[in-house]
Amino acid sequence: MSEIIKVGMADLKTCKSPDAVTTLGLGSCVGVAIWDPVTKIGGLAHVMLPDSTKVKNNINVYKFADTGIEELVRLILEMGAGKSRLKAKIAGGAQMFAFQNKSDMVRVGDSNVIASKKKLAELGIPLVAEDTGENYGRTVVFYPENGDFYIRAIGKDEKVI
Amino acid sequence: MSRVDLNDLNSQYVDVFKELGNIGAGNASTALAHMLNMKVDMSVPEVSLLEFKDAGSILGGEETIVCGVYLSVQGDITGSIMFLLDVSSAKKLTNKLMGIESTTEGLDEMEGSALKEIGNIITSAYLNSLATLTGLKILPSVPDLCIDMAGAILSVPAIEFGTVGDKILLIKNRFSEGLEGHFILVPDLESYDTILSAIGM
Repeated sequence: MSEIIKVGMADLKTCKSPDAVTTLGLGSCVGVAIWDPVTKIGGLAHVMLPDSTKVKNNINVYKFADTGIEELVRLILEMGAGKSRLKAKIAGGAQMFAFQNKSDMVRVGDSNVIASKKKLAELGIPLVAEDTGENYGRTVVFYPENGDFYIRAIGKDEKVI
Repeated sequence: MSRVDLNDLNSQYVDVFKELGNIGAGNASTALAHMLNMKVDMSVPEVSLLEFKDAGSILGGEETIVCGVYLSVQGDITGSIMFLLDVSSAKKLTNKLMGIESTTEGLDEMEGSALKEIGNIITSAYLNSLATLTGLKILPSVPDLCIDMAGAILSVPAIEFGTVGDKILLIKNRFSEGLEGHFILVPDLESYDTILSAIGM
């Protein structure tokens, strides 16, 4: 029986096909899915903030794009994924409220997307698809079986990237 | 170094903010009663510190559609405040305010605008009581409204809390007639100190 594993805010989970990972109601946070298409091992991180080095309270490594992605990669490699085969897809990073423009919070959704891409590039993991930005929340489900990343939003048709 | 550690539940400082939250919510209810010209009963607000991963499950789950009115706060303290309520409560409130009986699904433009105003008045009443109590100048911004999945809306204050801790401070208010609302107050870390000093702690 396959299972869909739930990932909370500032959390991450790994899985192996036929299981899948999901996170509900992504807003300005970013969902980063990384998988190895050969071993079909993958995982999903729900990151909230771009940079762990800019914040004093950085005990929870899952919270940040830089440390969260690093930890996700470490865990799936430990499960037997091949580093050179890893691929990534990302979703989220919306701007939920129009005026979110406080000085240090300038478009945190965008910053999360940029930081996630930067970390993936640093680790040499190709980003093969994304659905980011805009102003609405997303629910995502990721299947390491074939790399399908399902995205649902209120009042919109479900799409697969 | 700030004196406040949001991760320490037993800290007396957190109790202080719980109490401030209670007083603010009480004032907000009174404002609501005046605005709607009706009696608004309020139960004792529940104040909770939630882990991020559990925060989405309030309001009936991460995917429940909710209305969030969000304002930023400036003046002697900085931060933001959010007032959250479910769509049916929002519908009841706006229809009561406008004196109509709308039967449509969701909120139309007028109802959305009315809800923004309700959120504005309620959060301002909340902040006013905080200002009176502390003697600090607290200026709210123009409100903004978002109707979307609870998890997505909550991510906004959660991210602000995220820069200082791993928990989110939530005040749940149950008004009369099945109306239920939540307040989320997010002062910047330095502002916690400012508030504590202002009330003599």
